[in-house]
Amino acid sequence: MAAESGKIDPMHQFAIEPLFGTDHLAVGGYNIAFTNSALWMVITAVVLWIFVAGGMKRQLVPGRWQMAVEFFTGFINKLLLENAGSAGKKYVPYVFSIFMFILMANLLGLLPIGIFGLHPFTFTSHFTVTGVLAIMSFSIVLAVGFWKHGLHFFSLFVPHGTPLPMIPVIFPIELVSFLVRPFSLGLRLFVAMTAGHVLLKVLAGFVINSTNAGLGYGALVGIPSFTLMIGISALEMLVACIQAYVFALLTSLYINDAEHLH
Amino acid sequence: MPQIAQLAATYSSQIFWLLLTFGFVFFVVGLGMVPKVQSTVDARNTKIAEDLATAKASFARADELEEQNRAREAEARAAAQAIVAEAKAKSAKDTEKKVAAEDKKIAAKLADAEAAIAAASAKALAEIEAVSAEAAQDMVARVSGATVSAADAKKAVKVALNG
Repeated sequence: MAAESGKIDPMHQFAIEPLFGTDHLAVGGYNIAFTNSALWMVITAVVLWIFVAGGMKRQLVPGRWQMAVEFFTGFINKLLLENAGSAGKKYVPYVFSIFMFILMANLLGLLPIGIFGLHPFTFTSHFTVTGVLAIMSFSIVLAVGFWKHGLHFFSLFVPHGTPLPMIPVIFPIELVSFLVRPFSLGLRLFVAMTAGHVLLKVLAGFVINSTNAGLGYGALVGIPSFTLMIGISALEMLVACIQAYVFALLTSLYINDAEHLH
Repeated sequence: MPQIAQLAATYSSQIFWLLLTFGFVFFVVGLGMVPKVQSTVDARNTKIAEDLATAKASFARADELEEQNRAREAEARAAAQAIVAEAKAKSAKDTEKKVAAEDKKIAAKLADAEAAIAAASAKALAEIEAVSAEAAQDMVARVSGATVSAADAKKAVKVALNG
């Protein structure tokens, strides 16, 4: 790995550490320690709650904050309306929650509070978390699909106009592509977040180690690395938004499949 | 990679806290607040649409009122003109009638006066004749000493006067 340079380990930022001595907090034999990951989940939820609560003034002529909140609800509403039709309207609370939760988590994880000695933690860079979120979306699709269409839901795996002899071949392919959805949904977010954060930490390691090796190395390696970090930080903010959007978009597309089959 | 290395040790805590926090976000923010925000937006949109419709209706009503006003004005003007014309015609007729009546009166007066003049002149003529006859009798008596009867004198005077 890229961590051969002294003590700087770019993967250390993903390490989960129990906080406040809750290491052995357990329910029914399962450990539920309040970790740094849990702390940032709570921070994300609270920040999101404050953000939306600030837009609850319900004024006829909205202020800036209300405008911002209404932009996001309108954005999710439009996303569902375009991808799942008018039947998608009832999923606005869920898709809004998942979109804003992921967006806030991604953006808060990028906060440069390291300069104050604090360590932001991006819990969306953990497969456990993104996997659970993906399974939630996928379970909703399954539940709605079977509740609405019963066994007819399986016709989702036979596209319209498939010739009869092709059905035994097409069906397993479609089934596998359907079952892969939660994995691709969860992995995409996890990989995008992990890769970006590793890249930033590796470059930061270059800056520190080259400067430690001498002023000449620092100028030669550190300054270009730092410039690249600024650009990549901007890119990471874009990725944070895009990944949240992709998660919400794919969720709404899958909901459309469940609502309307094909 | 801590994500994999710590998976077995931390998965339960991760899932527990994720479900707790995301559950809070979904039930409190998603189900509790988002519909209210959306209803505010919807209320605003319907209000804007309603206001626009009201404005449009008001415009149509104003146009209609203006049209009515114009029609009423034209009607009033026509009525006024009719009244003026009638009054003019009436006064002309009255004047004509009065003039005619005065004419008649004047004509009657003229006729009376003419008759009076004729009577006066006839009387005067008769008086002149009588005076002339007397004068002629006197003149004859003085000149010739003959006595002329009044009747003869009168006859002679008549002939002399009327030629």
